[in-house]
Amino acid sequence: MTTTVLSLRNAVVMRNDFPLLSGVDLDVHEGELVVFTGANGAGKTSLLRLLGGLLPLTSGTGRVGNVALDDEHRRAIRRNVGWLGHEGSFYQDLSVMENLTFAARALERPLVAIAPALVRVGLQDRMDTPTKALSAGQRRRLGLAWLLVRRPSIWLLDEPYASLDDAGRAFLDELIGDVGRAGATVLLSAHDPLRSPELTPTTYRLAGGRIVERT
Amino acid sequence: MIRTALLVARKDLLIEARSRVLLWQVLPFGLLSLLLCGLALGPAQAGKSSAAPGLFYLVMLFVTLLMINRSQGVEHAAGTRESVAVLGLDPAGVFLGKTLALTVELWLTGAVIVGGAVLTLHTAFAGTVAALPSIAVALGAMAAAGTMYGALTAGIDGPATLLPVLTLPAFAPLLVAGERSFSSALHGGALWEWWVIMLVALVGYLAIGVLLYGVLEDS
Amino acid sequence: MKLLQRALGPATLVTLLGTFIMGMWVTPKATMLDGGGDLVRMLYVHPAVAWVALYVSFGTTTVASALYLWRRTRSVVMDRIAYCAMEVSALFIFLTLVTGSIWGRPAWGVWWAWDARLTSTAILGVFVLGYLALRRANGDPEARARRSAVFGILIALDIPIIHFAVVWWKTLHQSATVLNSTGNVLVHGSMLWTLLLSFVAFTLLFVWLLRFRYRLEVMRETSQQSRRDVAVAARQREGA
Repeated sequence: MTTTVLSLRNAVVMRNDFPLLSGVDLDVHEGELVVFTGANGAGKTSLLRLLGGLLPLTSGTGRVGNVALDDEHRRAIRRNVGWLGHEGSFYQDLSVMENLTFAARALERPLVAIAPALVRVGLQDRMDTPTKALSAGQRRRLGLAWLLVRRPSIWLLDEPYASLDDAGRAFLDELIGDVGRAGATVLLSAHDPLRSPELTPTTYRLAGGRIVERT
Repeated sequence: MIRTALLVARKDLLIEARSRVLLWQVLPFGLLSLLLCGLALGPAQAGKSSAAPGLFYLVMLFVTLLMINRSQGVEHAAGTRESVAVLGLDPAGVFLGKTLALTVELWLTGAVIVGGAVLTLHTAFAGTVAALPSIAVALGAMAAAGTMYGALTAGIDGPATLLPVLTLPAFAPLLVAGERSFSSALHGGALWEWWVIMLVALVGYLAIGVLLYGVLEDS
Repeated sequence: MKLLQRALGPATLVTLLGTFIMGMWVTPKATMLDGGGDLVRMLYVHPAVAWVALYVSFGTTTVASALYLWRRTRSVVMDRIAYCAMEVSALFIFLTLVTGSIWGRPAWGVWWAWDARLTSTAILGVFVLGYLALRRANGDPEARARRSAVFGILIALDIPIIHFAVVWWKTLHQSATVLNSTGNVLVHGSMLWTLLLSFVAFTLLFVWLLRFRYRLEVMRETSQQSRRDVAVAARQREGA
């Protein structure tokens, strides 16, 4: 019987009097691959941010791992999840290597893991390139490299396929499959269904800040 | 906390070294402001006014506002805030690190501006050198206060216009204490009261920052 | 408690009236203080409003802010008290500056002198405006409450600096009005009692205004919560 690693009950998140999420119920099991779909503004990014401890819960309850999703524990939650946003990562003026070194030192991860991660994502020739000089797809790969260094048990990926070409998409499918087989729980948002037949996600469609369909 | 502080300070100074905003934007602004002060004093007073210490601190005050905006702007660029937030850095360490980096940047800028003051406003060299310790402490206190106020306004509507409204009243006593101690170094006079104000402000803002920076981060 | 609340309004009115009557008709003109003659009657207004502005209202905001930040006592009540006290403080700071200018004009010859305490009070006034601006810039209630609470603590750091500025800076301001540096009382007789009554009266006025402002804030938040519930329901219908 697999463990529930994420749960939400009637989760509401307000921002400036607007309900980003209007009552979400969710259970995610260990090792599961979850895809959130829906139109723009449906609440996909907000849901991922909530689960990553990046947004406060206005009402309802939630749990990430063994940690309650409340103000007191949000920092602890953030340290234990891996996040890939769709707006890029880290500091624009620092190089790829400098950013990853900073992040690795912050979380006391081994610096020796950085180079292999960069090779895996295909950025080994961009180590000294400032992040602001990378393309959107390359910045996405930088974020993935960091996740490979960190190896969190929960991966939260916000529109990871955006700005990726076909080769990039294939690479990401392979990566998600690998980390899933290694036991990580992966949640991502996407506008389109996953193409790879080897990935069998649980798909939740969001609308109006709630989950309206599960497949 | 100390480890995080050094990590963050190093990161901020590295960003500054890469971007050179201090060198190509802030320093020219400071030097130009100094020249404008001379012009505002008028030809009769420019170069021999007792207002020179106050004008120096006024220029540094505006420079500090620019640097605070820069320091917080770096953290709130698109995508940066979230990717750094999930590192879960100790907020007290982040505060100390950013304060340390901002202090170093203000010292570097202050050294150039004070040199400009000697040159253009004709402050006595020996007195100016004697004022350097008080200048260093005053700028440190401004850095600590500025880091807190910068975090207070970061990420909300209109931070560029709100920051001066919140910060300048806090800087006013430091401006006065700094000016008084600079003037005392130039012309003689009691110094200890102004040192008390600067040190109390420095220690106070450091203590409040260590305790409460995390509250602002979570906001 | 209800009895105290009901008595607050009448007590405020009575003490203010008493201060007015005694200040205008019972206490004598005086020459021992600067700005003698009838102008000395400002003694029964200016120090009291300054006391409320600088210590009572800011003190209330600081304590409420600290209690909000401390997890054990964190509650929306503390945030409301801090905010409402700061709004009332704006009024008293304005009164302090106006009455100070009126009192100082005949003595100094100008409406505004770069006196340490006047200047410091003006700076505190800007702090208050900054606090209110910060409240308006933040839409999210929880974030707004936290930022305001931290700002309330930061402002408190400045209050002792202002206090010592009176002693250490060259000042045109009236030196200590009630007690001198050795603790001897400077004001005597009916003037002293009227002065003390004015402190009580204006402090009660502050509490009275705070209470009403607090009630308004509760009503505003209740209305806002209703709007939020409507917004959540409308959002849910988007997905239906």
